[in-house]
Amino acid sequence: MKILVCISKTPDTTAKIAFSDNNTKFAADGVQWIINPYDEWYALVRAIELKEADASTAIHLITVGGADTEPIIRKALALGGDEAIRVNADSHDSFYIASQIAEIARQGSYDLIFTGKETIDYNGSSIGGMVAELLDMPYISHAVKFNLDGGAAVVTREIDGGEETDKVGLPVAVSCQKGMAEQRIPNMKGIMGARSKPLKVVEPVAAETYTSIASFDLPPAKAGVKLISADTPEELVRLLHEEAKAI
Amino acid sequence: MVKLKNMSVLVFIDQSEGHIKKSSFEAASYGAKVAEQLGTTAEALILGSVTDDVAALGNYGIKKVYTVADAALNSFDAQVYTKIIAQAAANSDIIVFSNTTTGKAVAPRLSVKLKAGLVSGAVALPDTSNGFTVKKTVFSGKAFANISVTTAKKIIALNPNSFNIITTGGTAAVEPFAATIDAAKVTVTNVDLVKGEIPLGEADIVVSGGRGLKGPENWGMITELAQLLGAATACSRPVADINWRPHHEHVGQTGLAIAPNLYIAVGISGAIQHLAGVNRSKVIVVINKDPEAPFFKAADYGIVGDAFEVMPKIIDAVKKLKGA
Repeated sequence: MKILVCISKTPDTTAKIAFSDNNTKFAADGVQWIINPYDEWYALVRAIELKEADASTAIHLITVGGADTEPIIRKALALGGDEAIRVNADSHDSFYIASQIAEIARQGSYDLIFTGKETIDYNGSSIGGMVAELLDMPYISHAVKFNLDGGAAVVTREIDGGEETDKVGLPVAVSCQKGMAEQRIPNMKGIMGARSKPLKVVEPVAAETYTSIASFDLPPAKAGVKLISADTPEELVRLLHEEAKAI
Repeated sequence: MVKLKNMSVLVFIDQSEGHIKKSSFEAASYGAKVAEQLGTTAEALILGSVTDDVAALGNYGIKKVYTVADAALNSFDAQVYTKIIAQAAANSDIIVFSNTTTGKAVAPRLSVKLKAGLVSGAVALPDTSNGFTVKKTVFSGKAFANISVTTAKKIIALNPNSFNIITTGGTAAVEPFAATIDAAKVTVTNVDLVKGEIPLGEADIVVSGGRGLKGPENWGMITELAQLLGAATACSRPVADINWRPHHEHVGQTGLAIAPNLYIAVGISGAIQHLAGVNRSKVIVVINKDPEAPFFKAADYGIVGDAFEVMPKIIDAVKKLKGA
């Protein structure tokens, strides 16, 4: 069993979001970078659990990014995973990134490709589906449970208003979210071991970009809270009905 | 059976158990507005067995609806759906999805298949004054990005509750579409829909509880208020993590991002990760006994008080209002 886990670098969940260069660039000064939580907590940890259940499993990690992504990929290796590949390219276009991952996936003949359901920075939810289409393989998105059953995968995924369980042959691409696994913290053995795990840097293949970021906006500031006394909560109901017209 | 003629805007209509989803009416209204912007008409595509009257999509500005009423399509396989939509969209310049679980599974695949740039999580109509840019949420609702789409064909996946449904009157023409349907590689073995509850992503009103409620046994006041208001229920991450409430109720940065008309937060302090998932709500009400709770800064209305004293009075006032 060969698993490719896609890893993305994102700002920490508490990072202050601000923009520079006339609102065209994310202001990264002082920002702590983390592994995209969906990639780490769900995709990577579930892959590690599959390896714990079957030691012959190989887990490869891939990230598309500059040298500044290496601390993130080392941290991912500290959690688990056998080796990592960094495609040396910086892009915000999903199609370009998916094309790089698909190229590596083609060379590696993976049985499973795991991604997070989205990154918490650009919220595209696109890479898994695009990679699957580029490789002409089935794609299960928003997986909350994943198990192997012989040569097939049994995957429970979130649907609007509920859950659905699917059975699908391998290879398959899966986007992962809460429920798949529990967050883990790397231990000292993992951190020490990660230093000697192979991290291969490859140059990108030629690929088109379909989109670009023209500019960013911050949401308009709220006018301020209207406080209602705890002695007269019925006043809140009146305001929501008459003023906000929300109920 | 006909082949599609030249057209510009195609809206994918998603259905569940034969019924058109609310988010698809938003997508239809959005698609109709985009078509109006471009001086063309909007058409729609719906797959599988539908019991709703699809001609009624005309009331949302759709001129023609193409149907592929094959029962095999009642089970979802993103790959099969993508191939059919690609056939139907052969002559479309813009394809509109709702950015729901179905849209998120299909739109990226279609983007590759049609070489069409995708904007997922769109919240506004395209700006065509200089190229073609679409505003979308980024940083989990903390900001917006204006995405320039540089391909000839374009795909827009509209966030639910981001665009108002516009009823125009009228009836759409309905035509079966002769699609080549591949055999599914994905077998759906079980579907478990939460019955009788409003899907959180589609809800107009959401009543949400946090750790301030002290335990799952105290959720009665959350569910009672939600029932009275026709609202969905939600919770903060710690509450889902300690299994007071099911995971699908978790809203926030690593849970579901929602944008209801009204969000009522009870006993939630409003950590930045929680705000990211709810700050696109139109009206935010915060009930918390801690006046320093950061949530008050993001709120429109607030009560500094003990939920256990305040909520029963609110429930009584809502009952009076609703004549219950």
